[in-house]
Amino acid sequence: MRGLPPVLITAIVLVAGFALCAVQFPNIASTRVVGNLLTDNAFLGIVAIGMTFVIISGGIDLSVGSVIGFTTVFVALAIERWGVPPLVAFVAVLALSAAFGAAMGAVIHVFDLPPFIVTLAGMFLARGASFLLSTESVPITAPIYSTVSDFALRLPGGGRLTAIAIIMLVIVLGGALLLHLTRFGANVYALGGSRSTASLMGVAVGKMTVKIYMLSSLLAGIAGIVFSFYTSAGYSLSAVGVELDTIAAVVIGGTLLTGGQGSVIGTFLGVLIQGLIQTYINFDGTLSSWWTKIATGVLLFAFIALQQGLVALARRPVARSAGAAS
Amino acid sequence: MENSLDPAPPLLEVCGISKSFGAVRALQEVDFTLRAGEIHALLGENGAGKSTLIKVITGVFPRDGGIVRLGGEEVAPRSAKAALQAGIATVYQEVNLLPNLSVAQNLFLDRQPMRFGIVREAEMRRRAKALLAGFGLDIDVAAPLGSYSVAVQHVTAIARAVDLSARVLILDEPTASLDRHEVDILFGIMRQLAGRGIGIVFVSHFLDQVYEISDRITVLRNGRLVGERETASLPRLELIRMMLGRELAETTSERASAGEHKAREVCASFENYGKAGYVAPFNLELRHGEVVGLAGLLGSGRTETARLVFGAERADRGQAKVEGASVRLQTPRDGVRLGFGYCPEERKTDGIVADLTVRENIVLALQAKRGLYLPLSRREQDEIARRYIKMLDIRPADPERPVGLLSGGNQQKVLLARWLATSPRLLVLDEPTRGIDVGAHAEIIRLIRELCDDGLALLVISSELDEIVTYSDRVVVLRDRAHVDELTGEAIDVSNILAAIAADGATVAHEGRA
Repeated sequence: MRGLPPVLITAIVLVAGFALCAVQFPNIASTRVVGNLLTDNAFLGIVAIGMTFVIISGGIDLSVGSVIGFTTVFVALAIERWGVPPLVAFVAVLALSAAFGAAMGAVIHVFDLPPFIVTLAGMFLARGASFLLSTESVPITAPIYSTVSDFALRLPGGGRLTAIAIIMLVIVLGGALLLHLTRFGANVYALGGSRSTASLMGVAVGKMTVKIYMLSSLLAGIAGIVFSFYTSAGYSLSAVGVELDTIAAVVIGGTLLTGGQGSVIGTFLGVLIQGLIQTYINFDGTLSSWWTKIATGVLLFAFIALQQGLVALARRPVARSAGAAS
Repeated sequence: MENSLDPAPPLLEVCGISKSFGAVRALQEVDFTLRAGEIHALLGENGAGKSTLIKVITGVFPRDGGIVRLGGEEVAPRSAKAALQAGIATVYQEVNLLPNLSVAQNLFLDRQPMRFGIVREAEMRRRAKALLAGFGLDIDVAAPLGSYSVAVQHVTAIARAVDLSARVLILDEPTASLDRHEVDILFGIMRQLAGRGIGIVFVSHFLDQVYEISDRITVLRNGRLVGERETASLPRLELIRMMLGRELAETTSERASAGEHKAREVCASFENYGKAGYVAPFNLELRHGEVVGLAGLLGSGRTETARLVFGAERADRGQAKVEGASVRLQTPRDGVRLGFGYCPEERKTDGIVADLTVRENIVLALQAKRGLYLPLSRREQDEIARRYIKMLDIRPADPERPVGLLSGGNQQKVLLARWLATSPRLLVLDEPTRGIDVGAHAEIIRLIRELCDDGLALLVISSELDEIVTYSDRVVVLRDRAHVDELTGEAIDVSNILAAIAADGATVAHEGRA
């Protein structure tokens, strides 16, 4: 159905890439490597699900990297300096980020501003706020952190499915459910098709905009908490530029950057492709890790070219004979 | 037919609707009634007020005065959505649905069948299929709407509107992008809906279709109601007269005696020139010192012809010749290079640059023709501007005044001056007198005659038949995007033009129709 062909292509790229890597480094095809790949990219996967909703609705959210950074600093300070119980700190930071996203959505709708500008402002705001809290890395030593880090499901073949990987998978599933099976999801596609038409057809465009950006920021907050589990620290410079990796993953996953088409599963595959490239470079050992960016760039370009091709094909005009005088 | 419908009170009753935009009165005291189960055509030329009336009824524009009653109760929707909820649905030529969603989602957006917060996709598709089956459509409702033809999209839009319990269905130019077979399907559906008691307003400029489908016709002109008639008892000629506002008996004004025009040199000729889906191939000769008028109803292919002649649109067949030699004419640049000029109909958007001064507007085309590397000196510019301001009597005679501050007639003169400055051989004028007051009107007509006497070839489009008759040496009549007739010499008068426009596809006689 909708968005399937691009998703299929993404899946083929992932499988082919994995096969190629496995030929060169047979060890890659192990549950251990796959488990690590999921763990390493857990935060990226979570934030990319939110970005998928935003982009399908015809918008963009540049603030997510900064929200992740802010979250890690806030959580670290709350637990280590202010003595707040970790769970309370989590709830507080999620409420903060959700409110932040809702505010951006409201500004976009009420003042009819381009999401690019509003979320760019949000990006500076959140990053600035995290620097205000602390400019140095704050290590987190709370017991819950070691508990969560130690928790993992054993996979056959020695791999570990960590807690944060599980969180990511649950959110991917939940996101897919929300996007593809609910009225909310249908409205997200409707907004991406045309805001004015969706409004004429009865969709509450304003409420939807607020909810979509709220969801994106909320997921960025969860990604921030996951990131703090991953690094056991809060640092105001963490996740710089992650918004761009996220957008890349979404687009490689077959979501149309202009909105209206895309899928959660595609985004998940897009995240895995980026993780796979990173893993390959780690295995190779001689390549600079910046090759990840170069490979991502090439893939991104290829996918956008492909989408444009598909769109152009769909818009091919139908020739009609001139109406002769009857 | 006339009496069987009468006893029922009107389904939709519009009384004394007025609407102004600034100083322009778009609608003045317009009445309109729609009965349950009838198909009612709403007709009028460009600017007659059809769109404004629809938008006022559906609440897109607030109205200045008047009332709208639906089923006897007064309604005042404040948005298209509110009108829809009240039972008035509009389907525009540009289908207002979402091409990226499935057909089923489009039909049920925001009212999908749900269970436990999950859309019941299978149930929704089943209902969508059943709904469309009622319209004779058997398609895969899970496929994106955009993958289907415009006709299917129209039917989907109508199905959605009707399913939202519409009692009044307004179809604005629904057939403009459909082929004959699709039109038949649409008409079948319209008849079926009318049979169910839904009142349908049908806006179209295809008169054949209006006669085929409608029960009654309401004609608007210049924002006023001209009349409401039974279709069956309204001859086509009478209808066109209502739309164009001309009495057949009206005498033609004094014409410059033509006759020797055959002897004139051919400036440009077009053989079997046309573009598929745009204008049917035509033959056209334009001679020096001659005005050719293009007459026809809105949408008959007048502007399209003008754009092909100038090169604003690329022809896909036929041959253009200038002074006897074959030429390449594919872009406006080619047109300018060949010495053609074009004053488009939409003066404000396609013609003048409102913020620039009169002088800058006048030298624009000449500078473009000379190229960037041969700038006109300020002295030359002043000289040119002064010459044309004097020649065309542009007022106020201030070359440094922004054109946006001039009256419509003077803006038109500035446009004329712009092309005259390039010393063209052929000038195409699309509705040169639209929106100009009466005095300026006469002056523009005088200018057209003068330019012609100076040896220029002119191709002029106008909806004002009197006007065309006054200055044209030949009149080409268009209908349904094809050139159907050419009148010359004594044959040029309003009644002959009307007869040619109204001719029902059969032979066209020039003599004595009245």
